[in-house]
Amino acid sequence: MITLHVNGQDHAVEGDPATPLLYVLRNDLRLNGAKFGCGLGQCGACTVVVDDEPIFSCQVPISVLAGRRVTTLEGLGTEKEPGPLQKAFIAAQAAQCGYCIPGMIMRAHALLKRNATPSDDDIRRWMQPNLCRCGTHPRILDAIRTAAGRVS
Amino acid sequence: MLGGAVVVSFAMAPRAFAQGQNKAAGSTTPAAAPVGDLKAFPYLDSWLGIDATGRVTVFSGKAELGQGIMTALMQCAAEQLAVEPATITMVMASTARTVNEGYTAGSDSMNASGNAILQAAAQLRAVLVGWAAADLSTDPSRLTVADGVVTAPGGRRRSYGDLVQGRSLHMKADGAADLIPPPQYKIMGRDYPRLDIPPKLTGAPVFVQDMRPEGMVHARVVRPPNYGATLTSLDLSGVAALPGVLKVVHQGDYLAVAAEGEYQAIIAMRALQQAARWQVSKTLPDRTDIYASLKAMPATSQVIAHRGSGGTQPGSRVLQAAYRRPYVMHGAIGPSCAVALFEAGHTTVWTHSQGVYPLRAAIADMLSVPEDAVDCIQVQGSGCYGHNGADDAAADAALIAQSLPGRPVRVQWMREDEHGWEPYGSPMVAEVQASLGRDGMIDGWNYELWSMTFMTRPAKSANNLMPAWYIPARFGPPEGAEIPLPSGGGDRNAVPSYTLANEQVTYHYVKPMPLRVSALRSLGGYFNVFAIESFMDELAKAAHADPVAFRLKHLTDPRAKAVVELAAQKFGWDAAQRLPSGHGRGFAYVRYETIKAYCALAVEVSVDAATGQIRLRRAVAAVDSGNAVNPTGIKTQIQGCIVQAASWTLYESVDYSETEITSRDWSSYPILRFDAVPESVEVHVINRPASPSSAPERRAWGRRPRRSPMRWRMPQGCACATCRSRPQR
Repeated sequence: MITLHVNGQDHAVEGDPATPLLYVLRNDLRLNGAKFGCGLGQCGACTVVVDDEPIFSCQVPISVLAGRRVTTLEGLGTEKEPGPLQKAFIAAQAAQCGYCIPGMIMRAHALLKRNATPSDDDIRRWMQPNLCRCGTHPRILDAIRTAAGRVS
Repeated sequence: MLGGAVVVSFAMAPRAFAQGQNKAAGSTTPAAAPVGDLKAFPYLDSWLGIDATGRVTVFSGKAELGQGIMTALMQCAAEQLAVEPATITMVMASTARTVNEGYTAGSDSMNASGNAILQAAAQLRAVLVGWAAADLSTDPSRLTVADGVVTAPGGRRRSYGDLVQGRSLHMKADGAADLIPPPQYKIMGRDYPRLDIPPKLTGAPVFVQDMRPEGMVHARVVRPPNYGATLTSLDLSGVAALPGVLKVVHQGDYLAVAAEGEYQAIIAMRALQQAARWQVSKTLPDRTDIYASLKAMPATSQVIAHRGSGGTQPGSRVLQAAYRRPYVMHGAIGPSCAVALFEAGHTTVWTHSQGVYPLRAAIADMLSVPEDAVDCIQVQGSGCYGHNGADDAAADAALIAQSLPGRPVRVQWMREDEHGWEPYGSPMVAEVQASLGRDGMIDGWNYELWSMTFMTRPAKSANNLMPAWYIPARFGPPEGAEIPLPSGGGDRNAVPSYTLANEQVTYHYVKPMPLRVSALRSLGGYFNVFAIESFMDELAKAAHADPVAFRLKHLTDPRAKAVVELAAQKFGWDAAQRLPSGHGRGFAYVRYETIKAYCALAVEVSVDAATGQIRLRRAVAAVDSGNAVNPTGIKTQIQGCIVQAASWTLYESVDYSETEITSRDWSSYPILRFDAVPESVEVHVINRPASPSSAPERRAWGRRPRRSPMRWRMPQGCACATCRSRPQR
């Protein structure tokens, strides 16, 4: 049994320690934010933040996560009280199908934690691992720019 | 470059809007008739419901695909019914609850469903006012309506909830209702925020991938190494003993496994892959000369447009060029997924299909059951941009569920399944010659096009469901279908959007489909506009004309000229003559499907001198799609089209060997990433609330490179997939 610390709460998780975090978040903890996109660390749809680093949750087994802080989309806010990045994405209408957006928000969250005033180049370089197929990128960049400086 | 889209706007109900105008002019109104899909499904309660609390339900047979249609349809209903948006519940695409509006495709949702809801809501408002007048013993003309309440002079009132008590909404549409006219819009024509965005951005279970019904099991499918492979041996003993495994499905050459846990299902799928041996034959065409082989395949040739004397004119200066594009994939970020439950002889499938009714018929055929033994309910998925794996995943779930009665079965494809098994967009070749007269005008145009079908969507038969190819009934791969003009398939927008005195367009419809192909965003539109607009630039240069001025000289429709002029003006076309070294500009214009939305696009690109890589720096589009119900929805769609089309044009090509698809992940099929996103993508919407027009879009820019994926020149000796796919210049 492994104890995962997710969004400020401890969860005792049974099962194969090799299980990637993504499946435990989605199926055991019933958190929908992180999505399966490729299972290969190539698209970023599954991005969550561990301690302060963005990780591909499809690649990281739960065996290495005991005692570490996992933050998912659900940890940033709710539909009634969205967090600053979520608000900025909603204000920019920065979603078409929206499947990649939770991963985008989590990667941006990790950026703004370490650099509250990123340049446009900083944002593009940081967001490079995450794919969007709908072409929402310009609005995603707008939303991150808007949120920059508003996230402590 | 270009890509089609569903845009949130629609053709006006001609009668409805004409009515207001005619009344003002004091003339007679034309005969009333239902519009859009209200023609086929004329009962109001097929579209709208009101309960005793006054809550409104809107039923649409179209699907929300991330294009914002749910919000735009809600705006139509709220406006015409005079209710608060928050009182409306939207029910979309379900064989159990909505009418059959076919596929959500062809940028036709606002036309078909939007117009139906608009008119049904307007009529229902009039009916409710009539009931209120009866209840309040007054004349309807003395009543006012707001926020779902009908009020008489003096303040007596009846809410919609009161009025529907004991009354039926089952009445026929007459098409005679007065629509709220555009100047009085409170909800339509506004940037109403998308209803589905806040839940998607906070982790609500919006997607079919997020479904988790009680007792659900996880399944994965093991596909053959290629389309034609057959199973030669299989040892199931190891797989069945793995933790959590509930069922191994082995029917003919069809293999799948279901387990309690998702990761258990994936482990079991890998073991099942190892346990299966296949006979693999060489079935794919020669990759080194895809375009020559395309032109050599059996084809039906047809002249689809002929004007004047056709072709190039003797004595005029003749130019010619050939354009090409390879197989391109939909490449959804979330692999296809479905949940199915088989219980008491009935199969229910939750699917992100674009057409729940056609899918139901195909699944019923596959299972050899009557259609009413199957229901398909659309739940949102990852953006699909056409016919991707959605329907096949639904078939997978339905098949596997037959072996696990009473338990919901969730199937999600792996990344390699999605890349390798979705139907691609056809490769295409265009050869064009045009002649320029002494006046610098095009006086002859001859365009020949080669393309496979863009239509193998499920319709009636299970042949169009890929999993059905491998079960013992062995439904064969489908025949392609042609889509008649003006919509068109491969020939969509093959007829230029310009006024040309002499033109001939020939479509060689290539029958074989060595790689699976079907509907990909804008069908042939992307490529035809790429080819035509690239060639227009070449002709302008030959005529020593400005590319924008040259296009305007060949346009007569004022709405066409307006988008061209607006895009050029907002881009600063004239100033852009003085771009830095290594930068260039391009322009394009099209009217989608020759009858729908008008769009013009100006772009600035740059070329990396070392690598030849082209980058889109800036794009400015102008679009006129008629009555803009939600302008931001239109802008978002067009922006997305521009970026997606840039990705297709600059990066994308499906790679394969003689035996298998080798583009199986994002490293072997790269798409545009953030470093290549333009610095700005501006979209200017010309809103024409009273203009008969319609929906969708796509755009193009073009310079000298005549094939995609496009580079200025290829680095010598480069072995990347893009370069290997382009053996010749």
